[in-house]
Amino acid sequence: MTARLFGIGWLFHLKGLTNSLFFVLVSVLQPIIFASIAFFMVESGNQAGTLLYVALGAGLMGIWSATLFGSGGAIQWQRWQGTLELLVGAPPPFVAVLLPLTVATSTIGIYSVVATLAWGRLFFGMPLDFAHPLQLAVALPATVLSLGMLGLLLASTFVLYRNANAFSNLLEYPVWLATGLLVPLTLLPGWVAPIGWVLSPTWGMRAIREAAFGGNAWPEIALCVGLGLVYVALGALALRNFERLARSRATLSLT
Amino acid sequence: MSTSMRVFFVGGGISYRALFNWINPGIYIPTMLGAPLFQILFFTYLGRYAGSQDDAFFIVGNAIQVAAMSGIYGMTMGIANERQYGTLQPLLATPANRLAIFSGRALPFIANGIAVSVFGFAVSWLLLDFRPAEGSVPALAVAVVVTTCSCVALGMLIGSIGLRARDVFFGANLVYFLMLLVCGVNVALDDLPGWLAAIGRCLPLTHGIEAAREIASGAALGDVAGLLWTEALIGLAYATAAYLLFRFFEAEGRRRASLETY
Repeated sequence: MTARLFGIGWLFHLKGLTNSLFFVLVSVLQPIIFASIAFFMVESGNQAGTLLYVALGAGLMGIWSATLFGSGGAIQWQRWQGTLELLVGAPPPFVAVLLPLTVATSTIGIYSVVATLAWGRLFFGMPLDFAHPLQLAVALPATVLSLGMLGLLLASTFVLYRNANAFSNLLEYPVWLATGLLVPLTLLPGWVAPIGWVLSPTWGMRAIREAAFGGNAWPEIALCVGLGLVYVALGALALRNFERLARSRATLSLT
Repeated sequence: MSTSMRVFFVGGGISYRALFNWINPGIYIPTMLGAPLFQILFFTYLGRYAGSQDDAFFIVGNAIQVAAMSGIYGMTMGIANERQYGTLQPLLATPANRLAIFSGRALPFIANGIAVSVFGFAVSWLLLDFRPAEGSVPALAVAVVVTTCSCVALGMLIGSIGLRARDVFFGANLVYFLMLLVCGVNVALDDLPGWLAAIGRCLPLTHGIEAAREIASGAALGDVAGLLWTEALIGLAYATAAYLLFRFFEAEGRRRASLETY
Protein backbone atom coordinates (compact mmCIF):
# COMPACT_ATOMS: atom_id res chain seq x y z
CA MET A 1 0.00 0.00 0.00
CA THR A 2 2.74 2.46 1.00
CA ALA A 3 4.85 1.46 -2.02
CA ARG A 4 1.85 2.00 -4.29
CA LEU A 5 1.16 5.38 -2.69
CA PHE A 6 4.80 6.33 -3.16
CA GLY A 7 4.87 5.16 -6.80
CA ILE A 8 1.66 6.88 -7.83
CA GLY A 9 2.46 10.07 -5.91
CA TRP A 10 5.96 10.23 -7.36
CA LEU A 11 4.72 9.77 -10.95
CA PHE A 12 1.93 12.30 -10.46
CA HIS A 13 4.24 15.00 -9.13
CA LEU A 14 6.94 14.19 -11.68
CA LYS A 15 4.47 14.81 -14.50
CA GLY A 16 3.27 18.01 -12.89
CA LEU A 17 6.78 19.36 -12.39
CA THR A 18 7.75 18.46 -15.96
CA ASN A 19 4.94 20.72 -17.17
CA SER A 20 6.30 23.68 -15.21
CA LEU A 21 8.39 26.16 -17.22
CA PHE A 22 10.16 27.17 -14.02
CA PHE A 23 11.39 23.62 -13.44
CA VAL A 24 12.44 23.29 -17.08
CA LEU A 25 14.56 26.39 -16.49
CA VAL A 26 16.00 25.15 -13.20
CA SER A 27 16.63 21.57 -14.27
CA VAL A 28 17.69 21.96 -17.91
CA LEU A 29 18.59 25.49 -19.00
CA GLN A 30 20.26 26.74 -15.83
CA PRO A 31 22.59 23.70 -15.49
CA ILE A 32 23.51 24.00 -19.18
CA ILE A 33 24.39 27.67 -18.70
CA PHE A 34 26.44 26.93 -15.58
CA ALA A 35 28.11 23.98 -17.28
CA SER A 36 29.00 26.18 -20.25
CA ILE A 37 30.49 28.84 -17.96
CA ALA A 38 32.55 26.18 -16.20
CA PHE A 39 33.56 24.53 -19.50
CA PHE A 40 34.85 27.83 -20.89
CA MET A 41 36.59 28.64 -17.62
CA VAL A 42 38.46 25.34 -17.39
CA GLU A 43 39.26 25.39 -21.11
CA SER A 44 40.85 28.82 -20.86
CA GLY A 45 42.58 27.88 -17.61
CA ASN A 46 44.99 25.10 -16.93
CA GLN A 47 42.58 22.31 -16.02
CA ALA A 48 42.89 19.89 -18.91
CA GLY A 49 40.77 16.73 -18.89
CA THR A 50 38.17 18.03 -16.45
CA LEU A 51 35.18 18.53 -18.74
CA LEU A 52 33.42 15.38 -17.52
CA TYR A 53 34.18 16.40 -13.93
CA VAL A 54 32.53 19.76 -14.62
CA ALA A 55 29.56 18.27 -16.49
CA LEU A 56 28.74 15.88 -13.63
CA GLY A 57 29.13 18.67 -11.08
CA ALA A 58 26.85 21.02 -13.02
CA GLY A 59 24.30 18.21 -13.35
CA LEU A 60 24.29 17.66 -9.59
CA MET A 61 23.94 21.43 -9.11
CA GLY A 62 20.73 21.19 -11.11
CA ILE A 63 19.46 18.34 -8.92
CA TRP A 64 20.11 20.42 -5.82
CA SER A 65 18.36 23.48 -7.30
CA ALA A 66 15.31 21.46 -8.31
CA THR A 67 15.15 19.87 -4.85
CA LEU A 68 15.69 23.16 -3.05
CA PHE A 69 13.04 25.13 -4.92
CA GLY A 70 10.62 22.22 -5.30
CA SER A 71 10.80 20.79 -1.80
CA GLY A 72 11.65 23.90 0.21
CA GLY A 73 8.29 25.43 -0.52
CA ALA A 74 6.34 22.18 -0.96
CA ILE A 75 4.01 22.59 2.02
CA GLN A 76 3.51 26.29 1.37
CA TRP A 77 2.71 25.51 -2.25
CA GLN A 78 0.07 22.95 -1.26
CA ARG A 79 -1.33 25.56 1.09
CA TRP A 80 -1.64 28.13 -1.71
CA GLN A 81 -3.24 25.52 -3.95
CA GLY A 82 -5.80 24.73 -1.25
CA THR A 83 -4.83 21.04 -1.17
CA LEU A 84 -2.96 20.96 2.13
CA GLU A 85 -5.99 20.18 4.30
CA LEU A 86 -6.94 17.30 2.00
CA LEU A 87 -3.44 15.83 2.13
CA VAL A 88 -3.16 16.14 5.91
CA GLY A 89 -6.68 14.78 6.37
CA ALA A 90 -6.06 11.73 4.15
CA PRO A 91 -5.72 8.35 5.98
CA PRO A 92 -2.00 7.72 5.21
CA PRO A 93 0.58 9.50 7.37
CA PHE A 94 1.43 12.94 6.00
CA VAL A 95 5.08 11.96 5.62
CA ALA A 96 4.06 9.16 3.22
CA VAL A 97 2.14 11.70 1.14
CA LEU A 98 4.89 14.31 1.11
CA LEU A 99 7.91 12.07 0.43
CA PRO A 100 6.85 11.20 -3.16
CA LEU A 101 6.60 14.92 -3.89
CA THR A 102 10.06 15.73 -2.58
CA VAL A 103 11.61 12.72 -4.33
CA ALA A 104 9.88 13.84 -7.54
CA THR A 105 11.56 17.25 -7.23
CA SER A 106 14.97 15.64 -7.01
CA THR A 107 14.14 13.15 -9.75
CA ILE A 108 13.42 15.97 -12.15
CA GLY A 109 17.03 16.95 -11.57
CA ILE A 110 18.06 13.90 -13.60
CA TYR A 111 17.24 16.08 -16.60
CA SER A 112 20.13 18.24 -15.44
CA VAL A 113 22.66 15.43 -15.53
CA VAL A 114 21.45 14.22 -18.92
CA ALA A 115 21.41 17.79 -20.26
CA THR A 116 24.91 18.71 -19.10
CA LEU A 117 26.41 15.42 -20.33
CA ALA A 118 24.71 15.76 -23.72
CA TRP A 119 25.70 19.43 -23.93
CA GLY A 120 29.33 18.63 -23.13
CA ARG A 121 29.41 15.80 -25.66
CA LEU A 122 27.74 17.72 -28.49
CA PHE A 123 29.32 21.16 -28.13
CA PHE A 124 32.60 20.56 -26.33
CA GLY A 125 33.52 17.11 -27.66
CA MET A 126 33.62 15.71 -24.14
CA PRO A 127 34.23 11.94 -24.10
CA LEU A 128 31.63 9.95 -22.18
CA ASP A 129 33.91 7.23 -20.82
CA PHE A 130 32.74 5.95 -17.47
CA ALA A 131 35.08 3.66 -15.56
CA HIS A 132 32.33 1.72 -13.72
CA PRO A 133 28.97 2.06 -15.52
CA LEU A 134 27.26 -0.32 -13.08
CA GLN A 135 28.34 1.70 -10.06
CA LEU A 136 27.24 4.85 -11.86
CA ALA A 137 23.85 3.28 -12.56
CA VAL A 138 23.43 2.75 -8.82
CA ALA A 139 25.10 5.94 -7.61
CA LEU A 140 22.90 8.31 -9.62
CA PRO A 141 19.50 7.01 -8.42
CA ALA A 142 20.86 6.66 -4.88
CA THR A 143 21.91 10.31 -4.98
CA VAL A 144 18.56 11.40 -6.36
CA LEU A 145 16.70 9.41 -3.70
CA SER A 146 18.88 10.79 -0.95
CA LEU A 147 18.36 14.36 -2.15
CA GLY A 148 14.63 13.72 -2.25
CA MET A 149 14.85 12.63 1.38
CA LEU A 150 16.80 15.77 2.17
CA GLY A 151 13.98 17.60 0.41
CA LEU A 152 11.55 16.12 2.93
CA LEU A 153 13.61 17.60 5.74
CA LEU A 154 13.70 20.95 3.94
CA ALA A 155 9.94 20.87 3.38
CA SER A 156 9.18 20.05 6.99
CA THR A 157 11.49 22.69 8.45
CA PHE A 158 11.14 25.52 5.92
CA VAL A 159 7.42 25.61 6.65
CA LEU A 160 8.29 27.14 10.02
CA TYR A 161 9.96 30.03 8.23
CA ARG A 162 7.54 32.52 6.76
CA ASN A 163 9.93 33.57 4.00
CA ALA A 164 10.97 30.10 2.90
CA ASN A 165 11.22 31.10 -0.76
CA ALA A 166 13.77 33.77 0.06
CA PHE A 167 15.66 31.26 2.15
CA SER A 168 15.74 28.93 -0.86
CA ASN A 169 17.28 31.73 -2.95
CA LEU A 170 19.99 32.04 -0.32
CA LEU A 171 20.87 28.35 -0.05
CA GLU A 172 21.57 27.54 -3.68
CA TYR A 173 25.18 28.75 -4.02
CA PRO A 174 26.41 27.88 -0.49
CA VAL A 175 25.44 24.22 -0.86
CA TRP A 176 27.03 24.08 -4.32
CA LEU A 177 30.20 25.29 -2.63
CA ALA A 178 30.07 23.28 0.61
CA THR A 179 29.40 19.97 -1.15
CA GLY A 180 32.24 20.37 -3.63
CA LEU A 181 30.07 19.99 -6.71
CA LEU A 182 32.33 22.11 -8.90
CA VAL A 183 34.97 23.55 -6.60
CA PRO A 184 37.14 21.00 -4.76
CA LEU A 185 36.73 21.37 -1.00
CA THR A 186 40.51 21.58 -0.61
CA LEU A 187 40.35 25.09 -2.08
CA LEU A 188 37.87 26.27 0.55
CA PRO A 189 38.57 27.18 4.18
CA GLY A 190 38.92 24.10 6.41
CA TRP A 191 35.70 24.73 8.34
CA VAL A 192 33.59 24.26 5.20
CA ALA A 193 34.29 20.54 4.79
CA PRO A 194 32.46 19.38 7.99
CA ILE A 195 29.35 21.20 6.77
CA GLY A 196 29.53 19.19 3.57
CA TRP A 197 29.82 15.90 5.48
CA VAL A 198 26.23 16.16 6.72
CA LEU A 199 24.87 17.02 3.28
CA SER A 200 24.11 14.06 1.04
CA PRO A 201 25.07 15.81 -2.24
CA THR A 202 28.68 15.65 -1.01
CA TRP A 203 28.62 11.87 -0.87
CA GLY A 204 26.45 11.55 -3.96
CA MET A 205 28.92 13.64 -5.94
CA ARG A 206 31.85 11.63 -4.65
CA ALA A 207 30.07 8.35 -5.47
CA ILE A 208 29.31 9.50 -9.01
CA ARG A 209 32.88 10.69 -9.57
CA GLU A 210 34.32 7.47 -8.15
CA ALA A 211 32.10 5.53 -10.56
CA ALA A 212 32.94 7.77 -13.50
CA PHE A 213 36.69 8.11 -13.05
CA GLY A 214 37.60 4.82 -11.43
CA GLY A 215 37.46 3.92 -7.78
CA ASN A 216 35.12 2.30 -5.33
CA ALA A 217 31.80 4.13 -5.16
CA TRP A 218 30.03 1.72 -2.79
CA PRO A 219 31.04 3.33 0.55
CA GLU A 220 29.90 6.75 -0.68
CA ILE A 221 26.66 5.27 -1.99
CA ALA A 222 26.03 3.69 1.41
CA LEU A 223 26.76 6.99 3.19
CA CYS A 224 24.50 8.85 0.83
CA VAL A 225 21.56 6.50 1.41
CA GLY A 226 22.26 6.32 5.15
CA LEU A 227 22.16 10.10 5.43
CA GLY A 228 18.93 10.04 3.46
CA LEU A 229 17.33 7.75 6.03
CA VAL A 230 18.43 10.09 8.81
CA TYR A 231 16.80 12.98 6.91
CA VAL A 232 13.54 11.01 6.65
CA ALA A 233 13.54 10.29 10.39
CA LEU A 234 14.19 13.95 11.22
CA GLY A 235 11.69 15.10 8.62
CA ALA A 236 9.00 12.78 10.01
CA LEU A 237 9.55 14.20 13.50
CA ALA A 238 9.38 17.77 12.22
CA LEU A 239 6.25 17.00 10.20
CA ARG A 240 4.54 15.44 13.19
CA ASN A 241 5.29 18.58 15.18
CA PHE A 242 4.04 20.80 12.33
CA GLU A 243 0.83 18.77 12.05
CA ARG A 244 0.21 18.83 15.80
CA LEU A 245 0.70 22.59 16.02
CA ALA A 246 -1.41 23.25 12.92
CA ARG A 247 -4.27 21.16 14.30
CA SER A 248 -4.18 22.58 17.83
CA ARG A 249 -3.94 26.20 16.63
CA ALA A 250 -6.20 25.71 13.61
CA THR A 251 -3.57 27.31 11.38
CA LEU A 252 -3.20 24.63 8.72
CA SER A 253 -4.44 26.73 5.83
CA LEU A 254 -3.14 30.06 7.09
CA THR A 255 -0.12 31.51 5.35
CA MET B 1 7.22 70.65 -9.02
CA SER B 2 5.40 70.09 -12.31
CA THR B 3 2.80 67.36 -12.60
CA SER B 4 5.04 65.15 -14.71
CA MET B 5 7.93 65.53 -12.30
CA ARG B 6 5.61 64.62 -9.43
CA VAL B 7 4.44 61.54 -11.30
CA PHE B 8 8.06 60.68 -12.01
CA PHE B 9 9.34 60.96 -8.43
CA VAL B 10 6.32 60.51 -6.16
CA GLY B 11 4.52 58.09 -8.50
CA GLY B 12 7.68 56.03 -8.91
CA GLY B 13 8.09 55.80 -5.14
CA ILE B 14 4.44 54.95 -4.53
CA SER B 15 4.39 52.29 -7.25
CA TYR B 16 7.43 50.65 -5.64
CA ARG B 17 5.81 50.67 -2.21
CA ALA B 18 2.57 49.29 -3.61
CA LEU B 19 4.00 46.55 -5.82
CA PHE B 20 6.67 45.49 -3.34
CA ASN B 21 4.68 45.74 -0.11
CA TRP B 22 5.72 42.14 0.57
CA ILE B 23 9.40 43.06 0.83
CA ASN B 24 10.70 42.84 4.39
CA PRO B 25 14.14 42.20 5.89
CA GLY B 26 13.41 38.45 6.00
CA ILE B 27 13.06 38.46 2.22
CA TYR B 28 15.44 41.27 1.27
CA ILE B 29 18.50 40.10 3.19
CA PRO B 30 18.64 36.48 1.93
CA THR B 31 17.65 37.36 -1.63
CA MET B 32 19.32 40.69 -2.34
CA LEU B 33 22.36 40.43 -0.09
CA GLY B 34 22.89 36.76 0.78
CA ALA B 35 22.54 35.30 -2.70
CA PRO B 36 24.85 37.90 -4.35
CA LEU B 37 27.45 37.35 -1.64
CA PHE B 38 27.54 33.62 -2.28
CA GLN B 39 27.46 34.13 -6.05
CA ILE B 40 30.64 36.21 -5.80
CA LEU B 41 32.27 33.61 -3.54
CA PHE B 42 31.22 30.72 -5.77
CA PHE B 43 32.60 32.15 -8.99
CA THR B 44 35.77 33.46 -7.38
CA TYR B 45 36.57 30.02 -5.98
CA LEU B 46 35.58 28.38 -9.26
CA GLY B 47 37.96 30.79 -10.96
CA ARG B 48 40.75 29.79 -8.61
CA TYR B 49 40.09 26.15 -9.46
CA ALA B 50 39.95 26.75 -13.20
CA GLY B 51 42.97 29.04 -13.15
CA SER B 52 41.61 31.09 -16.01
CA GLN B 53 41.76 34.59 -14.45
CA ASP B 54 42.74 36.28 -11.21
CA ASP B 55 40.30 36.93 -8.34
CA ALA B 56 39.70 40.56 -9.32
CA PHE B 57 38.29 39.47 -12.68
CA PHE B 58 35.50 37.46 -11.02
CA ILE B 59 34.92 39.87 -8.15
CA VAL B 60 34.42 42.91 -10.39
CA GLY B 61 32.34 40.93 -12.90
CA ASN B 62 30.00 39.44 -10.34
CA ALA B 63 29.82 42.45 -8.01
CA ILE B 64 28.49 44.46 -10.95
CA GLN B 65 26.35 41.66 -12.37
CA VAL B 66 24.44 41.25 -9.10
CA ALA B 67 22.97 44.70 -9.73
CA ALA B 68 21.06 43.00 -12.55
CA MET B 69 19.04 41.15 -9.91
CA SER B 70 17.29 44.38 -9.07
CA GLY B 71 17.53 45.68 -12.63
CA ILE B 72 16.11 42.63 -14.37
CA TYR B 73 13.84 40.90 -11.84
CA GLY B 74 12.76 44.02 -9.95
CA MET B 75 12.13 46.18 -12.98
CA THR B 76 10.30 43.36 -14.76
CA MET B 77 8.00 43.02 -11.75
CA GLY B 78 7.73 46.81 -11.48
CA ILE B 79 5.95 46.90 -14.82
CA ALA B 80 4.51 43.44 -15.43
CA ASN B 81 3.02 43.06 -11.94
CA GLU B 82 0.61 45.94 -12.59
CA ARG B 83 -1.13 43.49 -14.88
CA GLN B 84 -0.78 40.59 -12.46
CA TYR B 85 -2.21 42.59 -9.54
CA GLY B 86 -5.08 43.97 -11.60
CA THR B 87 -3.96 47.60 -11.30
CA LEU B 88 -2.97 48.16 -14.91
CA GLN B 89 -6.37 49.36 -16.06
CA PRO B 90 -6.78 52.06 -13.37
CA LEU B 91 -3.19 53.16 -13.99
CA LEU B 92 -3.70 53.55 -17.72
CA ALA B 93 -7.08 55.21 -17.23
CA THR B 94 -5.31 58.22 -15.72
CA PRO B 95 -4.30 61.11 -17.96
CA ALA B 96 -0.79 61.15 -16.44
CA ASN B 97 2.21 61.51 -18.70
CA ARG B 98 3.15 58.01 -19.81
CA LEU B 99 6.86 58.70 -20.01
CA ALA B 100 6.82 59.95 -16.42
CA ILE B 101 4.82 56.91 -15.24
CA PHE B 102 7.10 54.54 -17.08
CA SER B 103 10.50 55.99 -16.31
CA GLY B 104 9.74 57.07 -12.73
CA ARG B 105 9.35 53.54 -11.55
CA ALA B 106 12.92 52.77 -12.57
CA LEU B 107 14.45 54.94 -9.85
CA PRO B 108 13.98 52.56 -6.88
CA PHE B 109 15.50 49.71 -8.86
CA ILE B 110 18.50 51.78 -9.89
CA ALA B 111 19.07 52.74 -6.24
CA ASN B 112 18.60 49.15 -5.16
CA GLY B 113 20.94 47.77 -7.81
CA ILE B 114 23.65 50.24 -6.85
CA ALA B 115 23.26 49.30 -3.16
CA VAL B 116 23.57 45.58 -3.94
CA SER B 117 26.62 46.17 -6.11
CA VAL B 118 28.29 48.30 -3.42
CA PHE B 119 27.55 45.54 -0.92
CA GLY B 120 29.17 43.04 -3.31
CA PHE B 121 32.35 45.11 -3.55
CA ALA B 122 32.39 45.68 0.22
CA VAL B 123 32.16 41.98 1.12
CA SER B 124 34.77 41.17 -1.52
CA TRP B 125 37.08 43.69 0.13
CA LEU B 126 36.33 42.08 3.50
CA LEU B 127 36.35 38.38 2.62
CA LEU B 128 38.40 38.05 -0.56
CA ASP B 129 41.01 40.72 0.01
CA PHE B 130 39.90 42.65 -3.05
CA ARG B 131 41.82 45.92 -3.33
CA PRO B 132 41.04 48.15 -6.31
CA ALA B 133 43.74 50.57 -7.46
CA GLU B 134 44.23 53.54 -5.18
CA GLY B 135 41.84 56.40 -5.90
CA SER B 136 39.75 54.28 -8.27
CA VAL B 137 36.61 54.13 -6.12
CA PRO B 138 34.87 57.27 -7.52
CA ALA B 139 35.41 56.11 -11.11
CA LEU B 140 34.31 52.61 -10.15
CA ALA B 141 31.14 54.14 -8.71
CA VAL B 142 30.45 55.85 -12.03
CA ALA B 143 30.83 52.51 -13.83
CA VAL B 144 28.45 50.86 -11.35
CA VAL B 145 25.81 53.59 -11.79
CA VAL B 146 25.96 53.54 -15.60
CA THR B 147 25.85 49.74 -15.76
CA THR B 148 23.00 49.48 -13.26
CA CYS B 149 20.97 52.00 -15.28
CA SER B 150 21.48 50.02 -18.46
CA CYS B 151 20.48 46.78 -16.71
CA VAL B 152 17.32 48.48 -15.49
CA ALA B 153 16.62 49.49 -19.09
CA LEU B 154 16.77 45.83 -20.12
CA GLY B 155 14.46 45.00 -17.22
CA MET B 156 12.06 47.66 -18.54
CA LEU B 157 12.02 45.95 -21.91
CA ILE B 158 11.25 42.55 -20.37
CA GLY B 159 8.63 44.18 -18.14
CA SER B 160 6.96 45.75 -21.16
CA ILE B 161 6.86 42.37 -22.86
CA GLY B 162 5.18 41.18 -19.66
CA LEU B 163 2.22 43.41 -20.51
CA ARG B 164 1.41 40.88 -23.21
CA ALA B 165 3.36 37.64 -22.49
CA ARG B 166 1.89 34.90 -20.34
CA ASP B 167 5.00 33.98 -18.34
CA VAL B 168 7.48 36.83 -18.48
CA PHE B 169 9.39 35.68 -15.41
CA PHE B 170 10.68 32.67 -17.31
CA GLY B 171 12.23 35.13 -19.76
CA ALA B 172 13.61 37.30 -16.96
CA ASN B 173 15.25 34.29 -15.31
CA LEU B 174 16.70 33.08 -18.58
CA VAL B 175 18.12 36.51 -19.46
CA TYR B 176 19.63 36.87 -15.99
CA PHE B 177 21.46 33.55 -16.21
CA LEU B 178 22.50 34.05 -19.83
CA MET B 179 24.11 37.35 -18.84
CA LEU B 180 26.38 35.37 -16.51
CA LEU B 181 27.63 33.52 -19.59
CA VAL B 182 27.75 36.03 -22.44
CA CYS B 183 28.48 39.39 -20.80
CA GLY B 184 32.05 38.67 -19.77
CA VAL B 185 31.09 38.26 -16.12
CA ASN B 186 32.96 35.01 -15.62
CA VAL B 187 34.36 34.21 -19.04
CA ALA B 188 36.39 36.74 -21.01
CA LEU B 189 34.72 37.58 -24.33
CA ASP B 190 37.86 36.40 -26.14
CA ASP B 191 37.31 32.92 -24.70
CA LEU B 192 33.72 32.70 -25.96
CA PRO B 193 32.72 31.61 -29.47
CA GLY B 194 32.38 34.65 -31.72
CA TRP B 195 28.60 34.52 -31.96
CA LEU B 196 28.17 34.36 -28.17
CA ALA B 197 30.55 37.26 -27.68
CA ALA B 198 28.62 39.23 -30.32
CA ILE B 199 25.38 38.69 -28.37
CA GLY B 200 27.15 39.81 -25.22
CA ARG B 201 28.33 43.04 -26.85
CA CYS B 202 24.72 43.95 -27.63
CA LEU B 203 23.62 43.52 -24.02
CA PRO B 204 23.96 45.76 -20.97
CA LEU B 205 26.71 44.86 -18.48
CA THR B 206 29.40 43.82 -20.98
CA HIS B 207 31.02 47.20 -21.60
CA GLY B 208 30.36 48.41 -18.05
CA ILE B 209 32.13 45.40 -16.56
CA GLU B 210 35.04 45.82 -18.96
CA ALA B 211 35.34 49.47 -17.94
CA ALA B 212 35.11 48.61 -14.23
CA ARG B 213 37.87 46.02 -14.55
CA GLU B 214 40.16 48.55 -16.19
CA ILE B 215 39.33 51.14 -13.54
CA ALA B 216 39.96 48.66 -10.72
CA SER B 217 43.36 47.91 -12.17
CA GLY B 218 44.33 51.57 -12.37
CA ALA B 219 42.82 53.17 -15.49
CA ALA B 220 41.42 56.69 -15.22
CA LEU B 221 37.79 57.49 -15.96
CA GLY B 222 38.82 59.22 -19.18
CA ASP B 223 40.56 56.05 -20.38
CA VAL B 224 37.32 54.08 -20.25
CA ALA B 225 34.96 56.85 -21.32
CA GLY B 226 34.33 55.10 -24.64
CA LEU B 227 33.27 51.89 -22.91
CA LEU B 228 31.00 53.74 -20.50
CA TRP B 229 29.38 55.77 -23.27
CA THR B 230 28.76 52.57 -25.19
CA GLU B 231 27.17 51.03 -22.10
CA ALA B 232 25.00 54.11 -21.60
CA LEU B 233 23.91 54.15 -25.26
CA ILE B 234 23.02 50.45 -25.12
CA GLY B 235 20.92 51.19 -22.05
CA LEU B 236 19.25 54.11 -23.80
CA ALA B 237 18.43 51.92 -26.79
CA TYR B 238 16.80 49.30 -24.55
CA ALA B 239 14.89 51.95 -22.60
CA THR B 240 13.59 53.47 -25.83
CA ALA B 241 12.53 50.08 -27.16
CA ALA B 242 10.87 49.34 -23.80
CA TYR B 243 8.90 52.58 -23.83
CA LEU B 244 7.75 52.07 -27.42
CA LEU B 245 6.63 48.52 -26.58
CA PHE B 246 4.84 49.83 -23.47
CA ARG B 247 2.90 52.34 -25.58
CA PHE B 248 2.23 49.78 -28.27
CA PHE B 249 0.84 47.22 -25.82
CA GLU B 250 -1.22 49.94 -24.13
CA ALA B 251 -2.76 50.91 -27.46
CA GLU B 252 -3.28 47.27 -28.44
CA GLY B 253 -4.76 46.46 -25.03
CA ARG B 254 -7.27 49.30 -25.38
CA ARG B 255 -8.15 48.39 -28.95
CA ARG B 256 -8.71 44.72 -28.16
CA ALA B 257 -9.99 45.23 -24.60
CA SER B 258 -7.29 42.81 -23.46
CA LEU B 259 -5.20 44.87 -21.04
CA GLU B 260 -5.35 42.37 -18.20
CA THR B 261 -6.35 39.18 -19.98
CA TYR B 262 -3.96 36.23 -20.14
